Amino acid sequence: MISPGTYFSRHAQALLSAFGRLIRQPLGTLLTIFVIAIALALPSTLWLVVKNARIAAGDVTDSIELSIFFKTDVPLEKAEQLTAAARQRPGVGEVTLIPADDALEEFRRYSGFGAALDALQGNPLPHVIIVRPDTAYANPQGVESLKRYLSAWPEVETVQFDGEWVRRLTAILDLLRNVFAVFAVVLGVGVLAVVGNAIRLEIRARRSEIEVTKLVGGTNAFVRRPFLFEGVIFGLFGGAAAVGVVSLAVASLIEPVGRLAALYGGRFALTGLEPLEALVLIFGGSLLGVLGAWLGAARLIARIEARG
Amino acid sequence: MIRFDHVFKQYPNGREALHDVSFEVKAGEFVFLTGRSGAGKSSVLKLLTLIERPTRGTVTVNGQETSTLPARAIPAYRRRLGIVFQDHQLLMDRPVYDNVALPLMVSDTRFRDIDKRVRAALDQVGLLGKERVSPAELSIGEQQRIGIARAVVARPTVLIADEPTGNLDHGLAREVMNLFRRFQDVGVTVLIATHDMALVREFAQREILIDDGRVFSATPPDPGSGASPTSGMGVVA
Ligand SMILES: Nc1ncnc2c1ncn2[C@@H]1O[C@H](COP(=O)(O)OP(=O)(O)OP(=O)(O)O)[C@@H](O)[C@H]1O
Ligand SMILES: [Mg+2]
Repeated sequence: MISPGTYFSRHAQALLSAFGRLIRQPLGTLLTIFVIAIALALPSTLWLVVKNARIAAGDVTDSIELSIFFKTDVPLEKAEQLTAAARQRPGVGEVTLIPADDALEEFRRYSGFGAALDALQGNPLPHVIIVRPDTAYANPQGVESLKRYLSAWPEVETVQFDGEWVRRLTAILDLLRNVFAVFAVVLGVGVLAVVGNAIRLEIRARRSEIEVTKLVGGTNAFVRRPFLFEGVIFGLFGGAAAVGVVSLAVASLIEPVGRLAALYGGRFALTGLEPLEALVLIFGGSLLGVLGAWLGAARLIARIEARG
Repeated sequence: MIRFDHVFKQYPNGREALHDVSFEVKAGEFVFLTGRSGAGKSSVLKLLTLIERPTRGTVTVNGQETSTLPARAIPAYRRRLGIVFQDHQLLMDRPVYDNVALPLMVSDTRFRDIDKRVRAALDQVGLLGKERVSPAELSIGEQQRIGIARAVVARPTVLIADEPTGNLDHGLAREVMNLFRRFQDVGVTVLIATHDMALVREFAQREILIDDGRVFSATPPDPGSGASPTSGMGVVA
């Protein structure tokens, strides 16, 4: 039985030999790593787009609110009761009551119609409550259900909410997520093909070496091992390069995006890859690399037979 | 120990390379396998190295009946053989050391032992000190000896060689044969395919002669004993 020490040193040896082979063909190696990096950077970028869009949309959905206009004959005490009742409703986050007098006062101050309003007898404005859904209800369905519930109150004249844009935003985010998934799958398969192909080319070039190795008793697993390590190295460096490319792209966009957000009065800041995401990318790249190498190598190596 | 029992070998193209071949090589024997070009010598060796399988009949090596060996047992089987090729099949982009160490690398030998054994094998073929040299920088004779060092480095009990002296002049060929004799001296079974009759006569070892895929008896060194077809019972006394 093979001892653990020998087992380990055999793997270390295969790893070294894989590095040696790759370094001896620097151009081809770099080219393969570059292609893998691009293939991994594209879905990663899309992932960041989705993530940032989600954050930006989150800022926007924070400001989703329903305006509930009471009938003008509803007294303030009743409006206060109903405000308290609205607070108990699941899905309701913040509730603010704007009494009719406050509303009129505010209107007088800011509208410039002060003098004209003085001519009015009494207050034509109703009491209004502003309802903000909590995070679980800050979506088209949640808002719709709140709206239906509040509209049913007999004291309510009308509930105002422009829900169309929330629906659109959510649909766009869903679409982006699906595009990301498709990209990730297609380009992941692309990485498998690139690595598999690079490994196959190399196996063909090393055919006679493989034949001799098998003739002196080398197993398929032994022959395969350095090629699998090559796949890992391709994927590892490709993944790391992808992290680099994406980070550079984000770094170069942070400032202009910040300026754009400021123009719209937002304080949105572009989010790059987090350490965990970078690790997932590098690890995923390595996994794709070894898988691609396996798919490219296993059958081909098993088919190569010593000639004698 | 090597035994062929009524072995037939037909290649996929229909060519029958071996016809009812039977012979035995005892443990520790030194035997020449002779015959003209196309007689079937390499086919015999390919059946021994499991590069090919017999169409009919059985090949037994060290008590192991090779036809029952599953594909995944072949590497371990081959590790117990030493094989020398005519065109030596060295890896020209690797130093001598890597070439000789290959049969140990594919097994579970510890690195420290590999080092010792490679040096010992190179010493046996008179090439100690050439470890870091590329085989391409060596003469043909030296390259062939590297091939022999590789064949014996794992201390096989059976050593088989296909035209090991094919590219060598007579002096070098004799040197190589002397090497094989020394391995026989330490108990290794040696089977050498060759058509170099001068060398066969000179070394006066038991000879198995095949022609057109059939075994003929021949008992060197006396050429007068002649060769008569004994198809089906090719065991040479
Ligand atoms: N892979 C193969 N496919 C088809 N025919 C083959 C194959 N290998 C050998 N043969 C045929 O089988 C016969 C025996 O060939 P083999 O190589 O065993 O002869 P040999 O004695 O080694 O000859 P040489 O001295 O030239 O090496 C020849 O007719 C050869 O053409
Ligand atoms: Mg031959």
